[in-house]
Amino acid sequence: MLQGSDLECVRGDRRLFRDVNFSLEAGGLMQVQGPNGSGKTSLLRMLCGLAIPAHGRILWGGAEIRSLGGDYYGAMTYLGHLGGVKDDLTAIENLRISSALGGVEIDEHKAHEALQHMGLGGRELLPAKVLSQGQRRRVTLARLLVCGTILWILDEPLTALDTAAVKLMQGLMERHLEHGGMIVMTTHQEIEITAAATQRLQLA
Amino acid sequence: MFLWIIQRDLLLAMRRRSDVLTTLFFFIIVVSLFPLGVGPEMSMLRTMAPGVVWVAALLASMLSLGRMFASDHLDGTLEQMLLSPQSLPMLVLGKALAHWLVTGVPLVLMAPVLGIQFDLPGDALGVLTASLLLGTPVLSLIGAIGAALTLGLRGGGVLVSLLVLPLYIPVLIFGAGAVEASAAGLGAGAHMSLLGAFLLASLVLAPWTAAVSLRISME
Repeated sequence: MLQGSDLECVRGDRRLFRDVNFSLEAGGLMQVQGPNGSGKTSLLRMLCGLAIPAHGRILWGGAEIRSLGGDYYGAMTYLGHLGGVKDDLTAIENLRISSALGGVEIDEHKAHEALQHMGLGGRELLPAKVLSQGQRRRVTLARLLVCGTILWILDEPLTALDTAAVKLMQGLMERHLEHGGMIVMTTHQEIEITAAATQRLQLA
Repeated sequence: MFLWIIQRDLLLAMRRRSDVLTTLFFFIIVVSLFPLGVGPEMSMLRTMAPGVVWVAALLASMLSLGRMFASDHLDGTLEQMLLSPQSLPMLVLGKALAHWLVTGVPLVLMAPVLGIQFDLPGDALGVLTASLLLGTPVLSLIGAIGAALTLGLRGGGVLVSLLVLPLYIPVLIFGAGAVEASAAGLGAGAHMSLLGAFLLASLVLAPWTAAVSLRISME
């Protein structure tokens, strides 16, 4: 279970948000909403441990995420604005290396299958620099198929995706939630995801 | 995991050979300029050779430090590394080792050839190469700390040289000193032991320090 209490974010001398409270159970989806610059990305970076909140605590299973360290990172996958896709590596190399970084080593066959599922069949051996924005995004998202983590923290995962890929992601997320996973995400696009418990967190 | 990182960085270096070659050619050219500028005075060239080769090696190694984390920072891979369940110091160690394999090892291999330009005798060439072999990994490891601290800063390239060059001084003194000592007939053992000690100390301390710096820089 992921819990945040009294979270506050300060950037420079500006306070982006304060008193943010939430609690996310297994199978729960949390959509973080708010206009540009309201601190959505900052909140997500806090939740994954990249940034420290100015005030408040973030708990995973009752323990501070900072003190959990590797145990927390092993249960969580964060996909940010930057996809972590290397221009000079092929799609398949990108996927294998990024999932190895996440602690799951996969063989070529499995990486191939995941990319195929994401609609990149036939393009696995192209260097990422020749792929389009949407295709690069698909390479990033393919990690979700192989990571096997419980908590997904997704920052604008649908950017640059076409409608078919958005449907694919919708199905992927619904399946993840059905199996007891948790998702925290931000998006400006309209997407209906059926989940046992959906909550919306509005940042002013 | 450690091997994954090394393999990945070597693969990236293979795909971008120009980056590797610039460092090597920089080293070769800087070292070659000295005999041309100073003139063919054999005894003088012999005395200055170790210092020149070592200073050029420091500068060449520093030249490529900016790339150690910067490209990973730009495309978001670094975020993923910080969020990896694997230990971050180990990842940093892997990156520093890859940096050494890509920039340090070519310098070590090239050094004996360049030493001939300075009329260094055979055993001095051997000592020079051995001292570089022990010293260049220290440069990559200490450099990782500087690269991590200046990550994402404007003008980071200049700043990294101000941060890192002073820390390179002991390596320079004992690296160049080893060759001079062996030429003077004192034996290079003491200098080599100290270089070895620097290597061991930086192997233990540098990855950890660089990992902490990365976390600070990424906040």
